[in-house]
Amino acid sequence: MAGKYKKVAYYPGCALEGTGHAYNRSTKAVGKKLGLDLVEIKDWNCCGAMEVKNIDPKIQTYLSARNLSIAEKMGFETVMAPCNGCYHNLKKAEYDLAKDEGSRDVNSRLSEKAGHKTYEPGKVETIHALDWIKHSIGEEGLAERVTNSLKGLKVANYYGCMYTRPRHIFPEKDNGEGSESTSKPHFMDDLLAAAGAENVDYPLKTACCGGAHALSDCDTSTKLVLNLLTTAEACGADVIATECPTCHTGLEMHQVRAEKVLGRKTSVKILYFTQLLGMAMGLSPRTVGVHENFSDAMPLIKEKGLG
Amino acid sequence: MPIHEKSLIRPENLVEHENLVIDGVDVSGHWSTFIESRALSDYNENMQDEIEALAGGEHISRCWQCGSCTNACTVNAINPDFNPRFWIYLIRLGMEEELVRDKDIIWQCVSCNKCTYACPRDVNPEGVMKATAHWLELKGHTKKKPSMVFDEAFSQQVFDTGKIEDGLVLRQFMKRTGQPLTQPWLVALVMGLVRRFPVFYLMRLGLATVFRPRTKGWIKARAAIHEYVEEVETANRKALGLDAKGAE
Repeated sequence: MAGKYKKVAYYPGCALEGTGHAYNRSTKAVGKKLGLDLVEIKDWNCCGAMEVKNIDPKIQTYLSARNLSIAEKMGFETVMAPCNGCYHNLKKAEYDLAKDEGSRDVNSRLSEKAGHKTYEPGKVETIHALDWIKHSIGEEGLAERVTNSLKGLKVANYYGCMYTRPRHIFPEKDNGEGSESTSKPHFMDDLLAAAGAENVDYPLKTACCGGAHALSDCDTSTKLVLNLLTTAEACGADVIATECPTCHTGLEMHQVRAEKVLGRKTSVKILYFTQLLGMAMGLSPRTVGVHENFSDAMPLIKEKGLG
Repeated sequence: MPIHEKSLIRPENLVEHENLVIDGVDVSGHWSTFIESRALSDYNENMQDEIEALAGGEHISRCWQCGSCTNACTVNAINPDFNPRFWIYLIRLGMEEELVRDKDIIWQCVSCNKCTYACPRDVNPEGVMKATAHWLELKGHTKKKPSMVFDEAFSQQVFDTGKIEDGLVLRQFMKRTGQPLTQPWLVALVMGLVRRFPVFYLMRLGLATVFRPRTKGWIKARAAIHEYVEEVETANRKALGLDAKGAE
């Protein structure tokens, strides 16, 4: 499988330019270290996120399609989006444009009025940062580059909702040997294991963090996050590895809120999987943006000799 | 409560009599609990059509009431009253008054899509929840819920500039819902970050509040989207038999 995706179009999305900047930084640093080229989509726009979808799904489809159209114009066959939300929305746009005439109509109408080429489904493939590393470098390639093994670090791999659900927008998943599973995803587990981490058997890999209502329904989110945190601790995890800025920030935010509002303190740390991979390959915690996380994982990183 | 046993009998309609004899038979006490009879005359025969007309609700009529959605539901695990299967049932029967009883929790769907993943009939229950929440607000059964306030603030930014700035989303949402920014947990969160002094990161966030991120060449797209949004709003109101413009 390794060997694909050496040079891909990069779609960071809004969160990676704001609160999820550590994910942006660490993704780029890991790409550089692995010799993978990322070329940012020129003048990209928001993918539409869940919020626009709630107002009208066809506008979200147009917003995502505009980005794919630019990537196509730049000559790329593949777009890599590290954010679960963006990844999900680009995939969903691809699906809706292929299957739903109404979405196609609105997309071509808006594209025409906005003065750019209408995106036709099937032109550009959207992948996640996990697919990117897994299929370009692979576990073996990654293991060869590890200089600072994550040995002794117990990790709960958390994938959230948008990476696997709903199944129909991810036709390449659940698709035979080597493909990702939607019921029990494992790409992050595979990569971190290659970097030496000890993955704990975490039953809430695809449970929900309540990110959709992180602010609008705080109490629900706090309960859901607290469940994720305490379960990770019960599984013996030192750290929860994340691959989505919304999940990541949600976990950090509601870990603090659970302590302040419910008096429930948890001490499990939260790091992006790209931060863990970067440190395993000898990058400093600063290079992968650990200081930009809201929760402080430095004591654990020092204790485990990772930085 | 097992999901398929959600009862239509309201507690206030259960009656026990201390002393009651009917035709010489003593029917007093708990063992002879009665259910008040009631006649339903307030069906909204258009209800399913109305939900179908709103985005997300298109496939509600496919539902065969298996309950997979409620069984998989994230929010149901926290609050047993959150019951998508039951609401789909009510909508399909047109029992508007029954549905409106749950008007304050339907918006709490977290869009985790577990229901959509589990549904054997491709109903897209997550979409139905959004359509229903939207329907409740359009019909005036409830004021705008926090999630709608959030979605609107967020979408407005995207439509205007092509991008969002998360700090601004947070500030606007707190302002529109009348919450102070000085929530103890929010302060603790930010202070934890500031103590480690990520200079460039903080500068980025600071700069973003002054020079809002925006997509170059967005003006035409913006005009096209605004025009389309208005069209959708008009169509939605028409499908629900409402006046062209909302009250607010």
